Amino acid sequence: MNTERPVNLSLTKFSFPIMAIASITHRITGVLLFAGIAYLLWLLSLALDSPEGFSQATQILAAPLPKLVLLAVLAALLFHIFAGVKHMFMDFHLGDSLDAARLGSQVVFVLTVVATVLAGAWLW
Amino acid sequence: MVTNATSFSRSGLSDFIIQRASAVIMALYTACIIGHFIVSPTISHESLVDFFGSTAMQLWSTMALLATAAHAWIGMWTVGTDYIRPHYFGTHATAFRLTYQAGCALLIFVYLGWGLKLFWSI
Repeated sequence: MNTERPVNLSLTKFSFPIMAIASITHRITGVLLFAGIAYLLWLLSLALDSPEGFSQATQILAAPLPKLVLLAVLAALLFHIFAGVKHMFMDFHLGDSLDAARLGSQVVFVLTVVATVLAGAWLW
Repeated sequence: MVTNATSFSRSGLSDFIIQRASAVIMALYTACIIGHFIVSPTISHESLVDFFGSTAMQLWSTMALLATAAHAWIGMWTVGTDYIRPHYFGTHATAFRLTYQAGCALLIFVYLGWGLKLFWSI
């Protein structure tokens, strides 16, 4: 394979269909979650360690930034799950026509926003 | 050319199935955790210990951890083989990719050990 061949894709100038945006977001949220696991495990290990650890975790999450990070991890998790479910429907050729795929991607984004708002309301 | 020497099961089709089976396990586990947080009136150290400390939940958490390890490897492998290749990284792409993969494997191992210790020492 000639790896020197020119590639003239100007990613910033393209107008991507929502299915493509959902697809790359699925991938990005997956990579973010790989790091996010550490945050979730850390908070859970604190809370499970002792009553003092639990109050320490509560104090950490009382600050805006750590709580926002938790909400971001949850948002990534929710998106990744919703997009994954959509992906598996499409594995079975359910909703894989052009119109259905567009609708499916819109549903994934809407569900994520709604569920993230609910999670935020619960956290705050 | 990127061979499948580092893929999870040495077979794309098998990886495909494992990725989805582990995804279903993790999605159900997540739903279970969220469900618990929704129905619990208050969350305390004691309530979390009661919940995560039951043998059923310890086994369920272990299953979710193993699913996470397989899923994370397949996902990070896919991302790595897509982007860490000679077109973007030049002649040392294979070395970079193997280093990246070693880092992923190490982090997955840390998560596994940490998670198992966490869930089975409650």
